[in-house]
Amino acid sequence: MSWHDIVLQTLKRNDIRLVPYVPDRVLTTLIKNLHADPFFTTFPAAREEEAVGIVSGAWMGGMRGAVLMQTSGFATLANVLASLAIPYQIPLIMFVSERGTLGEFNYGQSLVCRTMRPVLDSLAMEHHTATRLDEFEFIVDRSIKQAITTQAPVALILSPLLTGGKVFDK
Amino acid sequence: MNSANDNPARNTKVMNRFDLTSRLIAKLKNEEAVIGGIGNTNFDLWAAGHRPQNFYMLGSMGLAFPIALGVALAQPDRRVFALEGDGSLLMQLGSLTTIATLAPKNLTMVVMDNGIYQITGAQPTPAAAVADIVAIAVASGLANSTWAADEDDFERLIEQSISAAGPTLIGVRIDDKPGTGTTRRDPVQIREHFMHGMGVREPL
Ligand SMILES: Cc1ncc(C[n+]2csc(CCOP(=O)(O)OP(=O)(O)O)c2C)c(N)n1
Repeated sequence: MSWHDIVLQTLKRNDIRLVPYVPDRVLTTLIKNLHADPFFTTFPAAREEEAVGIVSGAWMGGMRGAVLMQTSGFATLANVLASLAIPYQIPLIMFVSERGTLGEFNYGQSLVCRTMRPVLDSLAMEHHTATRLDEFEFIVDRSIKQAITTQAPVALILSPLLTGGKVFDK
Repeated sequence: MNSANDNPARNTKVMNRFDLTSRLIAKLKNEEAVIGGIGNTNFDLWAAGHRPQNFYMLGSMGLAFPIALGVALAQPDRRVFALEGDGSLLMQLGSLTTIATLAPKNLTMVVMDNGIYQITGAQPTPAAAVADIVAIAVASGLANSTWAADEDDFERLIEQSISAAGPTLIGVRIDDKPGTGTTRRDPVQIREHFMHGMGVREPL
């Protein structure tokens, strides 16, 4: 199974139906497959913050969700993590396609990437960087279950080692 | 520079946030959800009388409508109201297009337009003198967006929204008064009580 099949299947198995996103090239196939599967309600949001608001409301209404984004999208989230997801104890599940490392060609992306883990660590948030296909299902499934049972957000960072990332000639 | 008084959109009656919020709450008979945005919208929602179906946002400026959209998608049989300030809405104008695309028919949005960031010192918003928020909503795809002419019209629009075929946005021009109460700032309890109110969880 490919990494994106694992994401889709694991979301389904954990009854995560609502998947708003702001796209990233690496997420293209995953997004296409989510749209094709009637189990999911998936749609673009204008901002990652907005997507976090939507899945937070849905969680409180009894529907599980997850947000897909790129590293630069994560960089817009410090305020909503610190003022909504964490203090209200909402199990926000985020998949972050990692740009800015392992062959980045855009200097700005590489700088944005460096802000991500310090922000996650400064809020003591659970986060994992997935690099290997053989561990991936375990990381995703366990992280989703932990987020829900401990009512705490989690960021799953999809490394180029897992996804292939984006390279200059694409 | 243009000043707020030049804005032709601002020709409806100047009403009061607490009064309108109280009128809305008085109409609710079916455990409708109500999401209050940052600051004054949730203060007045609190002051209008706490209900388990009220959610009070203590930060995350601009997210009242996105949160309400999430609740509306999760519970299509429940009516969801959202109260947002004009300054807050400017933070997330894009969310209007998301809502228009998903078109939940159980969502009613109210924009409390005082033209200012009241709670931070009443500075005018960049939109105050030049923009018409209802026109922005219409252009974002929310065809069912209207200014309320006065209090009776507001109540009529609220009632109409309940049987509308798509989401409704109601713009209300309000005075520069601060919120009436102060929400108890206990986010975990706010969220937990709201989930009880939504029938998602039982109290411990
Ligand atoms: C991202 C962000 N920027 C700025 C603030 C400070 N702030 C809090 S409330 C507010 C004004 C809200 O204005 P509006 O929604 O129009 O409501 P009003 O105060 O006029 O009732 C501002 C600027 C904030 N909390 N978050």
